[in-house]
Amino acid sequence: MNPFTQLDGLVAPLDRANVDTDAIIPKQFLKSIKRSGFGPNAFDEWRYLDVGQPGQDCSARPLNPDFVLNQPRYQGAQILLTRDNFGCGSSREHAPWALEDYGFRVLIGPSFADIFFNNSFKNGLLPIKLDAAEVDVLFAQCEASPGYRLAVDLAAQTITRPDGKVITFDIDPFRKECLLNGWDDIGLTLRHAEKIRAFEAKRRTEHPYYFA
Amino acid sequence: MQAQTLYEKLWSSHVVHQEADGTALIYIDRHLVHEVTSPQAFEGLKLAGRKPWRISSIVATADHNTPTDHWDMGIQDPVSRQQVETLDANIREVGSLAYFPFKDARQGIVHVIGPENGATLPGMTVVCGDSHTSTHGAFACLAHGIGTSEVEHVMATQCLLQKKSRTLLIRVDGQLGAGVTAKDVVLAIIGKIGTAGGTGYAMEFGGSAIRSLSMEGRMTICNMAIEAGARAGLVGVDETTIAYLKDRPFSPKGEDWARAVEYWRTLVSDEGAVFDKVVELKAEDILPQVTWGTSPEMVTTIDGRVPDPAQITDPVRREGVERALKYMGLSANTPISEIAVDQVFIGSCTNSRIEDLREAAVVARGRSKAANVRRVLVVPGSGLVKRQAEAEGLDKIFIDAGFEWREPGCSMCLAMNADRLEPGERCASTSNRNFEGRQGAGGRTHLVSPAMAAAAAVTGHFVDVRTLA
Repeated sequence: MNPFTQLDGLVAPLDRANVDTDAIIPKQFLKSIKRSGFGPNAFDEWRYLDVGQPGQDCSARPLNPDFVLNQPRYQGAQILLTRDNFGCGSSREHAPWALEDYGFRVLIGPSFADIFFNNSFKNGLLPIKLDAAEVDVLFAQCEASPGYRLAVDLAAQTITRPDGKVITFDIDPFRKECLLNGWDDIGLTLRHAEKIRAFEAKRRTEHPYYFA
Repeated sequence: MQAQTLYEKLWSSHVVHQEADGTALIYIDRHLVHEVTSPQAFEGLKLAGRKPWRISSIVATADHNTPTDHWDMGIQDPVSRQQVETLDANIREVGSLAYFPFKDARQGIVHVIGPENGATLPGMTVVCGDSHTSTHGAFACLAHGIGTSEVEHVMATQCLLQKKSRTLLIRVDGQLGAGVTAKDVVLAIIGKIGTAGGTGYAMEFGGSAIRSLSMEGRMTICNMAIEAGARAGLVGVDETTIAYLKDRPFSPKGEDWARAVEYWRTLVSDEGAVFDKVVELKAEDILPQVTWGTSPEMVTTIDGRVPDPAQITDPVRREGVERALKYMGLSANTPISEIAVDQVFIGSCTNSRIEDLREAAVVARGRSKAANVRRVLVVPGSGLVKRQAEAEGLDKIFIDAGFEWREPGCSMCLAMNADRLEPGERCASTSNRNFEGRQGAGGRTHLVSPAMAAAAAVTGHFVDVRTLA
């Protein structure tokens, strides 16, 4: 996994609640057996005017001019502002894969769905929860000022606005450490292999019927 | 000892290791695998030179991509076929406790085959790369949907990294009215607490109305816990649980059975256990439910109307409702019973078990598909459900009514196979998600119970199933 430390990035606003993972990456793209290449199909049904198919060259497809991420001012955005319950629905990790492949490294919103939130950290994508009022200000500022950028510092747990205001955010220490270092969870867990084996042996004795 | 919730009992019996910030390694007893969310995990293992930790925890099937008709012709879509063949190859190479491939007599939706084979047992931790893994919590096991990185993590380590959830009790007391089913109960719950109402919680369902449900009904309710934001749903063990599990293929036998049952009876929330939050509903207040929007919380009763955005003051909510009505092609204040449907889908991990098919068949018996309804798909959850339904003659009832009787799979719940809505088509569906495009680009989904879906199929519009004598 790519480590995440700091980012000074262009911000794009996606002003709707309950954005589900079906919207982030529609089902026809889930047939891929790879974990890369989903970026051109991120938000496919909102982003294009036609119905996308796997394996298609998306550069020739008609863009939906009404979709916010298609506006010239948001091209190259690396930070996405979201509303409540972003990433709800299906557990498909293709959603963070698509967002990361599109170019996003940070998501900022008042709340995220649990599975999506968890999946994001496994892919070097940092979801940040802020108070709804704080998020409202970011939406207002972003929409009012083209080229709006935010500076995110994971080690310091801060977001710095262009007006100089510094916002702090919470993050689990364990997740922070993994993301800062780009650590592979599996390698970390296998340091406890002896403990896992001991637990398993005891469980097998107490509840043999789970090991049929 | 302090009174514990069921969730606390399941959690504490699986903690292998805990970090300073509370992040824990949880031991995983059962790993359910399907073709969509596993290929990248198998590949990751291979690239890192790792082997699965415990093959006997793995139960696999192909369900999302498989066609529901013309099985003799195989899987026509080459991309779908490749994904299913990749699972075949991976399981062949790695091994499993059981694999039910495409066309196998016991193939089916992963959340149907686990329980019906006794591969889901009380007290287990169950994971699957699928959000509807919450279904299995109906058996008092801690069951989570996980992402593909976690699928790989569980394969490699037999553990999942987790933080303890808060606990939420949904108590439904009283007696459900005739024609009101588990699906109506869970839609009413989501309507009350919202799609993020359970975020961060393990959601236990209790109360006399839940206790009176069959295991099929409890699975329907836990299945949709994720639609309320909860990664795990739970129902405590009782005689219904134990009776269901007796003599299933992977259920314990002989002395093990007695020993297991003794332990399983402890898998309930203790008297006086404290939950972080409690929500109560009266069973008598719950009527047949129909969703009108593009989120499961956008739901009302069959005697209700489509809401009027002009009456909503919160701007984010108002815009959400306006957007949903535009997508759904509905006008404010339209009575739900005046909404006509083009297709009906009876199936999915929410409602494709034998009891669901029986409920639909009661309504379909002696009636016919309405002329304006283009197609009614009945897709059993598994090969075993299909055989059982055929033994009871349910297939004939459906076919006589002009419904299509299909092969098992996920089908039009998410439309990864050929079963889908055309743009603008409206569907009464027994599935779990009415998201934009979920059942096909531009398709419009209304979530209902199997009985309500069958009623819409024979009348051509939503109708209170209780009025169809």
